[in-house]
Amino acid sequence: MTVPADLKYTDTHEWIRQEPDGVVSVGITHHAQDLLGDLVYVENPAVGKTFKQGQECGVVESVKAASDIYAPISGEIVAVNDELSSAPEKINQDAYAAWMFKLKPTNPGELNALLDASGYRKLVEADG
Amino acid sequence: MSTPLKRTPLYEEHVRLGARLTDFGGWEMPLHYGSQIDEHHRVRREAGMFDVSHMLAIDVEGPGAQEFLRRLLANDVEKLKQTGKALYSCMLAADGGVLDDLITYYLGPARFRLVVNAGTADKDLAWIARQHVELASEIGLRPRRDLAMIAVQGPQARSRFWQVRPDTRALTEALRAFEAAPCGDMLVARTGYTGEDGFEVMLSAQNAVALWRDLLGAGVAACGLGARDTLRLEAGMSLYGQDMDESVTPIESGLTWTVDMRGERDFIGRRAVQTRAPRFQLLGLVLREKGVLRSHQQLRSPHGSGEVTSGSFSPTLGQSIALARLPLEQRPGDSVEVDIRGRWLQAGVVRYPFVRMGKSLLPA
Repeated sequence: MTVPADLKYTDTHEWIRQEPDGVVSVGITHHAQDLLGDLVYVENPAVGKTFKQGQECGVVESVKAASDIYAPISGEIVAVNDELSSAPEKINQDAYAAWMFKLKPTNPGELNALLDASGYRKLVEADG
Repeated sequence: MSTPLKRTPLYEEHVRLGARLTDFGGWEMPLHYGSQIDEHHRVRREAGMFDVSHMLAIDVEGPGAQEFLRRLLANDVEKLKQTGKALYSCMLAADGGVLDDLITYYLGPARFRLVVNAGTADKDLAWIARQHVELASEIGLRPRRDLAMIAVQGPQARSRFWQVRPDTRALTEALRAFEAAPCGDMLVARTGYTGEDGFEVMLSAQNAVALWRDLLGAGVAACGLGARDTLRLEAGMSLYGQDMDESVTPIESGLTWTVDMRGERDFIGRRAVQTRAPRFQLLGLVLREKGVLRSHQQLRSPHGSGEVTSGSFSPTLGQSIALARLPLEQRPGDSVEVDIRGRWLQAGVVRYPFVRMGKSLLPA
């Protein structure tokens, strides 16, 4: 199982990377894309919208199922990866390179409560 | 429900190839071997194969076999005059509901083989046995769990099959669609569920692994049930349990063409099919917006409401397509709205199939 050590994770299978400029990049984990199968559609939030932690902010759909994406922490959307709308398979090819959106945190303290790599790995293993 | 899942003779092959396995009608079957979309394209462009050994062959033999099947099935097996000919049919309940859809092969005088769906196999066997008792037909019923079935599909399917089983070529080269020929212990049929050319091969379970490996060696891609579903949907072929079941008639399921009403033949369900007014029709949908049509989504139009029975993303067309129950007044060219996750998205009504032999059939 691929779980990079430098990222944070949610129990809804998003990954979070803290960028040097203070924003965070968000995507779905390798495990999530593996469960979903071939992705065919990505719906990202609009730039400028704000979300509270845990709010639905996007959708990924595979041939098999649709899955909501939740804001891992509260914040404002400052960028979205438009490349994914025409090439959603990039998430299957490299889930940790295919970021979906960038978020400017309103409460950076929320980052501390997210799962680290070993916590996420345990969660996935417990799922069987 | 903790009944252990059943496994086909090719189960170990699927595991060896790294398949993602899934429960399909009580069987542990490959969903895909990595990428369902790649497997789909392999079948459209080249050749792929599917383990369909979960389907059940039932041999119906004896002097009363033809008369029995003429009563049992909505299509008329009297059309099967030449050995090897195959016929697609529904098997109906007395109220006209669809119990299953199946293919009947004519194996010779008083010898037929039915191939039924995996999920309905036990129910079908019980139903057929009951009709057999009631009609007191002189037949023998033999479920063939000793057989495996491999579908080889795609523009290169036949040539790859001949490459690994050259002795079958002379026997199968002249087969037309819906014709089969026995080749040693195999029955090779020019049938399929993908909208492409190819063969479905029934053979004894102990020979299945060798054929599977030989085809793999000849460059035929192992394909899972995921690709099988998108291929059959593009080809406009119904899936039992989604597009039709016991609650609907063949008329309501786009299968009127399979019900043979000629003459006075008294098949089970005939009266109901003649008298029951259809409530809806099955038509195709093409989603005009981003998203994916899926079964059970609700839809609305000025003519009334409806429901998606099968929906997915079409890898060949690059957009989402579906089969749907629509009001009887609905026509191809109309627009309807589909409730996709709380939003009403626009879809166009079209005739199906959507794709045939690798080419889009959608109106330009």
